Amino acid sequence: MSRTLPLLQVERVSVRYKLRGAGLLAPACTLEALSDVSIAIREGGRLGVVGESGSGKSTLARVVLGLVRARAGRVAWEGRTIDYDDATAMRSLRRELQVVFQDPFGSLDPRMTAGQVVGEALQALAGPVASVAAQDRIRAALSEVGLASAFANRYPHEMSGGQCQRVAIARAIVARPRLLVCDEAVSALDVSVQAQIVNLLHELSERYQMSLLFISHNLAVVRHLCDDVAVLCQGRVVEHGSRDVVFGDPQAQYTRDLLAAVPEPDPVLQRARITAAVNASRTSR
Amino acid sequence: MTAGPLLQVRDLGVNFSTSQGEVQAVSGVSFDLRAGECLAVVGESGSGKTQVLLACLGLLAANGAARGSARFAGRELIGANERSLNSVRGTGIGLLSQDPLSSLTPHLRIETLLTEGLLDRGLATRDAAHERALQALAEVEVPEPEARLRQYPHELSGGMRQRVALAAALMCGPKLLFADEPTTALDVSVQARVLELLARVRNRGVGVLLVTHDLGVVAGLADRVAVMYSGRIVETATTDELFSAPRHPYTAALLAAVPRLRGDAQLRLVGIPGDPPQPCARPPGCAFAPRCVRAEVRCSDSRPELAPCADASLLAAARAVPTAAVACHRPLQDRAGMA
Repeated sequence: MSRTLPLLQVERVSVRYKLRGAGLLAPACTLEALSDVSIAIREGGRLGVVGESGSGKSTLARVVLGLVRARAGRVAWEGRTIDYDDATAMRSLRRELQVVFQDPFGSLDPRMTAGQVVGEALQALAGPVASVAAQDRIRAALSEVGLASAFANRYPHEMSGGQCQRVAIARAIVARPRLLVCDEAVSALDVSVQAQIVNLLHELSERYQMSLLFISHNLAVVRHLCDDVAVLCQGRVVEHGSRDVVFGDPQAQYTRDLLAAVPEPDPVLQRARITAAVNASRTSR
Repeated sequence: MTAGPLLQVRDLGVNFSTSQGEVQAVSGVSFDLRAGECLAVVGESGSGKTQVLLACLGLLAANGAARGSARFAGRELIGANERSLNSVRGTGIGLLSQDPLSSLTPHLRIETLLTEGLLDRGLATRDAAHERALQALAEVEVPEPEARLRQYPHELSGGMRQRVALAAALMCGPKLLFADEPTTALDVSVQARVLELLARVRNRGVGVLLVTHDLGVVAGLADRVAVMYSGRIVETATTDELFSAPRHPYTAALLAAVPRLRGDAQLRLVGIPGDPPQPCARPPGCAFAPRCVRAEVRCSDSRPELAPCADASLLAAARAVPTAAVACHRPLQDRAGMA
């Protein structure tokens, strides 16, 4: 029965942030970061959530992780509403729900080696593990993300951005989560490294039937990784469908605008776009 | 059109003295850049592309030293004193850097940030500088420029900040703009706008030296591309040539790594396996050989020099375009069929 239910459902979630007013005495105002947002991810599915800065895509990730509370709506795990205040339930959910953030240097403790970073997560999530077994699992997790065991003794500053991001992924997958939330996890990386990490996430997802909630501003990256896509604009889902439909026949103008902004390695196409944009803004002035 | 290049870089090298000894970050870099032309320098993190820009502006870190030559409008920049460099910085060459939040001084209002270059040099009165700042903001399509001038950098969005940084780089009317990863920290839609603004700057006759790791960003803007790997230029070509027929296997690999909107979505992206060598531990032969699918024995034995391509120089003679060159023992598109 649980087989037919999606692994994760976000149902009609709204989030409001209180903002300080512009001046010292100005009244506080509110910002509707998400309004009435619904998405679903099946077991092993890969959902890409796309939008510009301020579209609410990171807020959505935070709601799923329990870092931000929704004002309305619910988040369900295998059909059951998640109670983010229930510490016991959350502890077991953390094992199944992990996250990789954008900044590979910022998300690793500079005083911990890669092995310690992964080991700490293992301890926290899987409980006490005999140290020999733990060392094996740490090495296995590092090798799974393509890092030789020598990396276990390296500190973040001794590694490149791509290597740090691999450590962050190893930390996230060491306890075999069923859903990995990636919040702009490849945006800060060089394109060559970005391609490696996208491929790695794809492989891990296939191998372990691990679902992905992949948040990005770049539709082209999402196209290579995800099978479903949701497009967020100003806190609302403006398009939600399978990859082939969203890329083949986008319905929302906003999706078409995002598609048109992707920098593609095609000089003829890109030059035409830039010339058209320059001419358009010239005539509009 | 027949005027000499605005910037002529010859055999530029950058060394850093570190605890592990002397490290060569950049070697043997040469290129020309003309007015109204955009040259893109493309490479991964650590390839030395930013150090080329900083060396030209005399802004290397304290343990860095530049050698070779970089002439801007006939004036030598390498080894020039602060006074002479200061007369080029801002007024001759503008710099737009990657992170607008760290390049804009946080406690100064936008007006101060924009006008201090003009005022410090005595190039304008306060009123004239104010007018020029309004005009510069309008040029980069910042809405409500009058209100923006009173704001601080943290009050602006990332895209707006990068526009302000571009306006600041153009305030003193430079002939040349150095743009160091100008779109990397931005959303694709903001990225597209910044590229469009840079195209407009170039169309006005300013030379643009664009440094980036993303060939997708290069495609619409650059006239020519120089690909850097581990401190050296490994291929130069016109943008069309480079994208349609890359010669260096590294260039081809970089192109294959760019995610696309067309073609087979099931197709996995092709990452480049491994990492670039540390500058202090480069292999004796081609620096890319350990990661190269085409490498053979001689590639790890001897380092290939950057050499003009046989077919390209014919093309160059016929059309008077800059010659394409590649540093590879086994280049792709080897039409001459050399041994």
